[in-house]
Amino acid sequence: MEKRVTFKGLWLPILLVLPQIVITAVFFFYPAGKAVWQSLFIPDPFGLSMQYVGLGNFEFLLSDPYYRASFVTTAVFSTLVTAVSMGVALYLAVLADRLIKGSGTYRTLLIWPYAVAPAVAGVLWLFMFNTRVGVVTWYLGQLGYDWNHVLNPREAMGLVVVASAWGRISYNFLFFLAGLQAIPRSVIEAAAIDGARFWTRFRTIVFPLLSPTTFFLLVVNIVYAFFETFGVIHTITSGGPQQATTILVYKVYSDGFIGQDLGSSAAQSVILLVLVSILTVIQFRYLERRVHY
Amino acid sequence: MATVTLENLKKSFGKTEIIHGVDIDIADGEFIVIVGPSGCGKSTLLRMVAGLETVSAGEVLIGGRPVNGVEPMDRDIAMVFQNYALYPHMSVFDNMAYGLKIGRVPKAEIRTRVEAAAEILQLGPYLQRKPRELSGGQRQRVAMGRAIVRKPAVFLFDEPLSNLDAKLRVQMRLEIKALQRKLGVTSLYVTHDQVEAMTLADRMIVMNEGTADQIGAPLEVYGNPATTFVAGFIGSPPMNFLDAAALENAPAGVSLGVRPESVRLVGTSEGRLEGTVAYAEPLGAETLIHLRTADGQALTIRQDGVLPVPAEGDRLGAVWDPSQEFRFGPDGRRLRQDR
Repeated sequence: MEKRVTFKGLWLPILLVLPQIVITAVFFFYPAGKAVWQSLFIPDPFGLSMQYVGLGNFEFLLSDPYYRASFVTTAVFSTLVTAVSMGVALYLAVLADRLIKGSGTYRTLLIWPYAVAPAVAGVLWLFMFNTRVGVVTWYLGQLGYDWNHVLNPREAMGLVVVASAWGRISYNFLFFLAGLQAIPRSVIEAAAIDGARFWTRFRTIVFPLLSPTTFFLLVVNIVYAFFETFGVIHTITSGGPQQATTILVYKVYSDGFIGQDLGSSAAQSVILLVLVSILTVIQFRYLERRVHY
Repeated sequence: MATVTLENLKKSFGKTEIIHGVDIDIADGEFIVIVGPSGCGKSTLLRMVAGLETVSAGEVLIGGRPVNGVEPMDRDIAMVFQNYALYPHMSVFDNMAYGLKIGRVPKAEIRTRVEAAAEILQLGPYLQRKPRELSGGQRQRVAMGRAIVRKPAVFLFDEPLSNLDAKLRVQMRLEIKALQRKLGVTSLYVTHDQVEAMTLADRMIVMNEGTADQIGAPLEVYGNPATTFVAGFIGSPPMNFLDAAALENAPAGVSLGVRPESVRLVGTSEGRLEGTVAYAEPLGAETLIHLRTADGQALTIRQDGVLPVPAEGDRLGAVWDPSQEFRFGPDGRRLRQDR
């Protein structure tokens, strides 16, 4: 039974939740409110005055081909990052789950990348794929492939996807492994006696029983791909070439802080906020029904 | 339907050997119970027959075919697990049909076979439910149903009743016995409960620390135990073991065993042994009396509940028919010259 603790006074409970409320207010409610407010104005070129334009910023954005292209880029990018990081993590987790000896070592090694900050991960991958001195570029050159993500939009996208997914594999791996180990051994054995071979067992027993984990990771990874990959993109491609890797959150930054169009940037933040809210609601409403808890 | 043969079956984990060679020929349709305390290797033995554990030495034969290298799915067996191991995301119907679907049995036949099994196990109204919506006894039945729809040659049961409450356990025990008789499928059944073993088995294997101490019909094992372990494990309250040297002219280390129901209480002068009543437990139908002798030996007597219950501290004698006593050597093995 859950125990309910009741406080006698009002001041102690308020004091206890105050730090969280203050942090949320200062770092979320205030900037979010300010963004909504700013999205209704455009500043003059020198930043000295602001002019009220109503929903003008939004109208402009929705008819802007660059902004629409950024939507497509974001969709492609987040789908790829989620698919790659979850796919590889699941594969590794299945292998690690079958290990009897040395699984601790593999686990530790696989968790390491999670400790690397996204921007640092970006720089590491950038070094390896540097068009002039990169190790991987050199090997690809030996194989007759001319790697140049600075000029080739597809290669640029590939590189940021790999770099973003790489750090994420550890996190997903941990959850998948825990999920796999939570499946009772006897259920797997029962399926084996029932005649199911490895792949059939995985498809009909293991994967369905893993669905709560998969669902949770899907939500978390899409949100990650939307927001936290900024560091990777900033260090590797800065959104280029030809804006091929400018995802929505990067465009907020480049339009606002490089292009100095704070009104448009604020409007983009608001759109992004709404988009992620909708995405999360859809995921919980429609996907959750097919999840076996 | 098939025979099962275990030939000098051994199992080691690393350098530790935990099963030291078990031999048995199981006839077609026979119900064999493997009984022993926890950690005696009984489950491991069953899992080797199932193919869930590798065999370290020796051979398992099912229907005369060596199956050491054969995958569990190709051994033509079905297993009921202690925790039932139902597929939580599938309905009762799908749980039972799973093995048949994988075996590519036609849909219509799957339906008739599952429904027939559900009929036998009284699961008809629950076919569309998920396991979590069933009671413990019903889940147990689903696990049984999953085993019988596949019409395997051998049933393996790994402590299938130990998660049920006492009353349900007695009921399911009878059902399992009836079902096995009806289907006539060779069965191996693991339990730590000697009552289950006595009531279910055609023959039982009493396991003690990885060795089969005795293999035989329940009453034969009870009436003629091969070791002190078997004598003490089968029967409740357990057999009394007395130092034979204190009672008769016997070499040191020999112990004399006598079952509580074989002993009668008499006056101090007439007894083969005398002692004081430490405490008495009237259970209604019977009374258990615990005697303690002057040299510190303990003796439990089981007498009819209608007889007067002695008071604590009473000095009494105990006698028994010499044909009801067993002598065991210092190694725990039965000394055979006494019969």
